[in-house]
Amino acid sequence: MSEALAPADEEGVVTALAEAYDAGVPLEISGRGSKRGMLRPVQAARGLSVAGHAGITLYSPQELVIAAKAGTRLDEIEAAVAAHGQHLIAEPPDLSGVLGVRAPQTLGGVVAANLSGPRRIAGGATRDHVLGVRAVNGRGELIRSGGRVLKNVTGLDLCKLLSGSHGTLAVLTEITLKVLPAPERCGTVTLTGIDPTKGVAALSAALGSPYGVSAAAYLPAGAAARVPALAWLGAAVALVRVEDFAPSVAYRTEKLRQELARFGRTELLDDGASRNAWRAVRDALPLRGEEGAIWRVSVRPSAAPAAAAAVVGAFGARWFMDWGGGLIWIAGPPSEAAHDAVVAAARAGGGTWMLLRAPDGLRAAASVIPQEPPALARITSAVKAAFDPKGILNPGRMYPGV
Amino acid sequence: MIAQPAPKQEVLARRDAIVAGLRRLLPESGVIAEPIRLRPYETDGLAAYRQPPLAVALPETTEQVAAVLRFLHEEGVRIIPRGAGTSLSGGALPMADAVVVGLMRLNRILAIDYADRCATVQAGVTNIGITQAVQGTGFFYAPDPSSQLACMIGGNVGMNSGGAHCLRYGVTANNLLGLKIVTVSGEIIDIGGAHLDAAGYDWLGLLTGSEGQLAVVTEVTVRILRGPEGARAMLAAFRANEVAGACVDAIISSGIIPVALEFMDRPAIHACEAFAHAGYPLDAEAMLIIEVEGSPAEQDFLLSRIREICERHDPISLKVSQSAEESAAIWKGRKGAFGAVGRISPDYLCMDGTIPTGRLPEVLRRIGEMSERYGLKVANIFHAGDGNLHPLIMFDANDPDSFARAERFGADVLRLCVEVGGCLTGEHGVGVEKRDLMDAQFTPTDLAQQRRIKDAFDPLWLLNPSKVFPLVETLKQAA
Ligand SMILES: Cc1cc2nc3c(=O)[nH]c(=O)nc-3n(C[C@H](O)[C@H](O)[C@H](O)COP(=O)(O)OP(=O)(O)OC[C@H]3O[C@@H](n4cnc5c(N)ncnc54)[C@H](O)[C@@H]3O)c2cc1C
Repeated sequence: MSEALAPADEEGVVTALAEAYDAGVPLEISGRGSKRGMLRPVQAARGLSVAGHAGITLYSPQELVIAAKAGTRLDEIEAAVAAHGQHLIAEPPDLSGVLGVRAPQTLGGVVAANLSGPRRIAGGATRDHVLGVRAVNGRGELIRSGGRVLKNVTGLDLCKLLSGSHGTLAVLTEITLKVLPAPERCGTVTLTGIDPTKGVAALSAALGSPYGVSAAAYLPAGAAARVPALAWLGAAVALVRVEDFAPSVAYRTEKLRQELARFGRTELLDDGASRNAWRAVRDALPLRGEEGAIWRVSVRPSAAPAAAAAVVGAFGARWFMDWGGGLIWIAGPPSEAAHDAVVAAARAGGGTWMLLRAPDGLRAAASVIPQEPPALARITSAVKAAFDPKGILNPGRMYPGV
Repeated sequence: MIAQPAPKQEVLARRDAIVAGLRRLLPESGVIAEPIRLRPYETDGLAAYRQPPLAVALPETTEQVAAVLRFLHEEGVRIIPRGAGTSLSGGALPMADAVVVGLMRLNRILAIDYADRCATVQAGVTNIGITQAVQGTGFFYAPDPSSQLACMIGGNVGMNSGGAHCLRYGVTANNLLGLKIVTVSGEIIDIGGAHLDAAGYDWLGLLTGSEGQLAVVTEVTVRILRGPEGARAMLAAFRANEVAGACVDAIISSGIIPVALEFMDRPAIHACEAFAHAGYPLDAEAMLIIEVEGSPAEQDFLLSRIREICERHDPISLKVSQSAEESAAIWKGRKGAFGAVGRISPDYLCMDGTIPTGRLPEVLRRIGEMSERYGLKVANIFHAGDGNLHPLIMFDANDPDSFARAERFGADVLRLCVEVGGCLTGEHGVGVEKRDLMDAQFTPTDLAQQRRIKDAFDPLWLLNPSKVFPLVETLKQAA
């Protein structure tokens, strides 16, 4: 690959893509490349990085909006909002530990991958908080959608379509996000020594309670042992988080302990331990250091214990669950057999999978995300062509030939 | 009036054959073609626009929807998907050469799953119908448009509808897990399911709010939530819009996000009070209704903090509800606001722009000036936390000049919303009403990109045509 294009501004992105369009040259699109290992390897002649197009362009805390250029480091945005007592609602993870990269992630990359953390279950996904985008399509045209206000149904919602499109439809250049006040306090109720089926039932009971649970996870003993804030419990653990004003956290965690007592012994993690534990869950640290492949499987929560048991049975998977059981993180050998077992488990649970990390061979050969049924696949191709008629943006990243 | 394109004469000429074709696909009562029985379908919530369709088809199953669409697609007939027809932007307005496909007979709740906190319902189930089906166990479906007794979940998906509580719970798009859709050529596709964040492109996000342009929705899987322990409202009245606006900023800056934060200006307060006798302060320029949730002690904690903030803004009156009955009384006027304005003026246009909340005082001042210039009264209701503004412009439908002025006034308000950094519509959709204003918000390139997506789903532009996108001569949609 020849040297990557690194436009310093939006105009530069427009020019670069217009030239690539004219010449029909496929490009690998990145921010700082922290997610290059996700999904399928891209076959491109050149790279284009928007890392040079960085900086916060608008922040209005009382209006709950922040806008930044796509190359802005996410930690810079997190720090800016934290300085005003606010936070990113979807709690995007930092997957550098499991992806084995050091590069800091950019706003554009997080939105392009629609990555969300534990709070997804209560506060919505990253895509739910994308209020506006500026982007350059595969014809080298600047397009805009949404804006800087919290409610907007004007025209087709390209903010959501581009979120999670992994740079295959357009190159995001600027993104406006909704933010919220960060909670004053957080607290976590734990249930230890509980099996996965009872664990998910307990998480469902907590999420079905009126106590405003903002995150719910289950870690088998081996996974819990890798999280310093949980290792002392010495057993499998179900975790339920509450975030709010201090008196509410005290009241609600107490109520939850009463509610969950029927499932087993409960403990309370204080604010500091909670934050550490949930950061570990967010960033998939229980799987850090695992060799081989990593999958994220999304199923209906009640189907999760069976899905986990299936992959343990098939290849001795290491795993843990977030999102009340709805998200299963799985590590195992990077083989087609293991991949097939994950696919079968996800299908049986009525859900989907993503091969998050694997050697190039497996990433190129396997369906890293589910193939769509033919009628939908035709729409996918047509929509791809509506943005990128020559297929120059991250070709093959999500599906072969798209 | 916003111009609609001429009907396709060759379709009108084939009317009988088209109706006969529909009758072969649907039960006897499922096809309406007699002019008198078409009347209920000639308009929606934007009642100034009326046009009876060629016919109405009322399928009862997804398979019938697919058969009807496949047939109409083959025949080159335009299709108007319709739920309850409460759209305020003319989203369900028929065309003379179009068949309305009404989803109201798909009205069954298919599955409720409390452990996984979701419900699958057909598109014709009413919004309130979902909450009614689950509330016995303390659950609810969060988006609550004021039209929730009538409007249907398929229409809510079509418009990405919001409600008074969306500051806390989000709009329709934030509360969906899956859809069953029928493409214009009659293919049935499942999107998402009972799990979060389906892989692949975000079809759920793109289809929600697509106003019937891309596909017909026949089933919806929604998230259901457990309700809070309780909720309580307070009312705060101020001397000036600026002060009420500053108070809203101060509440949000304090880290409190109330579940509802509604703003009414002086004309709205007066209209609602005359109608509902809710005890609203008539000497106020602006009034806030603020609602919080939680246990009684949590409500006390939040309301006392909010009260302190309000007190720093020199309020004319403050009333903190002590009970569910008092909260209901505070809400009574606001919930009846449309009816109340309807009593002062039988005809009004309900506008729906969004503005950056900090610009509220300026926007209200300029709307006041427009009201004088156009000689039409206006009452403003505002979802203050999220910037969604609903000016109700009062006019006299028997006076064409009055209606013409009301439309121009409305267009000016929406252009103003865009000018200050907002948008044309926060929750009611573009429909016919705002179609020709889209250029104010979007560049030709932005719109061309959206049109190409429409092309990808509906190459012949048969689904709900001449809405959302400004008409252009060269495209197939004008054909
Ligand atoms: C008194 C009153 C109060 C209102 N309050 C609110 C409010 O608080 N918040 C709010 O957001 N809106 C509000 N509305 C507007 C309206 O109720 C919403 O837009 C509602 O979602 C429309 O639902 P419906 O079933 O009536 O759909 P319709 O009006 O029948 O259709 C709406 C649009 O969706 C399309 N459509 C309908 N069903 C389908 C389907 N199954 N598949 C594909 N496309 C479909 C139609 O073609 C049309 O474009 C209010 C309206 C009224 C009259």
